[in-house]
Amino acid sequence: MRRLAWRVAELTAIREETPTARTLVLRVPGWPGHLAGQHVDVRLTAEDGYSTQRSYSLAGPSDGEHVELTVQRVPGGEVSPYLTEVMEVGDQVELRGPVGGWFVWEPAAKTPVLLVAGGAGVVPLMAMIRARRTAGSRAPFRLVYSLRDPGQAYYADELRHPDPGLDVTRVYTRTAPDGFARRPGRLTAADLAGSGRPPEYEPDCYVCGPTGFVEKAAELLVSLGHEPGRIRTERFGPTGG
Amino acid sequence: MAIISRGFRGRAREGGGKLPPGQYLTDDFPVLSAGPTPRVDTDRWEFTVETESGQAHRWSWAELLALPYETPTVDIHCVTKWSKLGTTWRGVSLDVLLEDVESAADYALVHSYGGYTTNLPLEDLLDGKAWIAYRYEGEEITPAHGGPARLLVPHLYFWKSAKWVRGIRLLDEDWPGFWETAGYHDYGDPWREQRYQDD
Ligand SMILES: Cc1cc2nc3c(=O)[nH]c(=O)nc-3n(C[C@H](O)[C@H](O)[C@H](O)COP(=O)(O)OP(=O)(O)OC[C@H]3O[C@@H](n4cnc5c(N)ncnc54)[C@H](O)[C@@H]3O)c2cc1C
Repeated sequence: MRRLAWRVAELTAIREETPTARTLVLRVPGWPGHLAGQHVDVRLTAEDGYSTQRSYSLAGPSDGEHVELTVQRVPGGEVSPYLTEVMEVGDQVELRGPVGGWFVWEPAAKTPVLLVAGGAGVVPLMAMIRARRTAGSRAPFRLVYSLRDPGQAYYADELRHPDPGLDVTRVYTRTAPDGFARRPGRLTAADLAGSGRPPEYEPDCYVCGPTGFVEKAAELLVSLGHEPGRIRTERFGPTGG
Repeated sequence: MAIISRGFRGRAREGGGKLPPGQYLTDDFPVLSAGPTPRVDTDRWEFTVETESGQAHRWSWAELLALPYETPTVDIHCVTKWSKLGTTWRGVSLDVLLEDVESAADYALVHSYGGYTTNLPLEDLLDGKAWIAYRYEGEEITPAHGGPARLLVPHLYFWKSAKWVRGIRLLDEDWPGFWETAGYHDYGDPWREQRYQDD
């Protein structure tokens, strides 16, 4: 066993995902590697010594000293506005991890996977999709991605042409693109049952997003017959959304 | 020495001495759980204490409600960094539940409807430090927050306060629970910031 040490991380690149979310590419010397689905603790310290911490999911699979986080700006928040608006390439934060040994996908797993994302909850699920690609895994994957409107989509280019064996279903809750068949509205059982892959197919389910979304999505999965023990959840925010 | 993040100022320093290291204050009540929320019917609810010699003590929902209760007002600290000060609960002290239980065990493994487990030294459940809580701020505890009843052990990180509590096994040896096997600290004292293994 080893103690999780705080490490200095330097911002090396920024990718804008949406007007209110960005991906931070950080270089972390000595990073021990991680599994898709795990998160890190980020610690910010002000000049007067005041410091505060928050958790952020790792957005990509293990890649040497580089880690990627995608941060959604929460208006009035203490940390996310700093990470999304103030921090510039070359700036440093402290980080420790990887944390979490439950909400993870192991690249050797062959079981089908159902990923259910609400908003920023897509971040650790994208790490799983990317880890699947890196590993050359053929495990069947399906992503159901609930978002407010098309402008909120993270990783839009990458998900436009999904990897073979990855099926992507988008659920728009407020505004759908022109010509989109599904009417805007909250996630339903039909969205989750959609692909014709029944619960008897026994996928491992990973659900991530704001608390209200995760509560609802997990409840729908149970009502569709998914075994509760196969549904792993990660809750990001305090409120529903 | 911690490194300074350029341009980070932070919010007004709040909480005074009531906030353990690395925690921030929230007025919300966030949720941390590993899976779907189990729905537990109080008609079929029961709470069991099983000793190291296999002796079992059981309480139905009605029996629990008939026991003398307390209304502790406590601060709670979640390992995901939020803290909430001055929360008020109603519940039965573990001192009451364990009063007639004969045991020489040193450890407790708490288990829940839905399969969750968490471990702690038995002494952390005694002497007015822990309750089986069934009301929060004057209302029933909602399923998302662990209702109908949850363990309340506010001096440890809140994952030790098992939601949907179903029973406690008293053991001679320490037996790691769910998060404790997944990289989190065995004891979880927020004031010593024992978040992860070997912190
Ligand atoms: C395991 C884990 C993984 C996480 N991964 C990610 C991630 O990959 N990307 C990401 O952007 N966030 C992630 N989060 C959320 C993140 O840790 C912070 O909570 C978030 O960035 C807000 O922090 P803040 O300091 O900006 O806001 P705070 O100052 O903490 O909060 C300000 C106000 O906004 C509210 N608020 C806080 N969070 C949210 C939210 N998500 N939605 C709506 N309102 C909110 C608070 O209740 C408060 O009223 C994760 C959280 C956990 C527990």
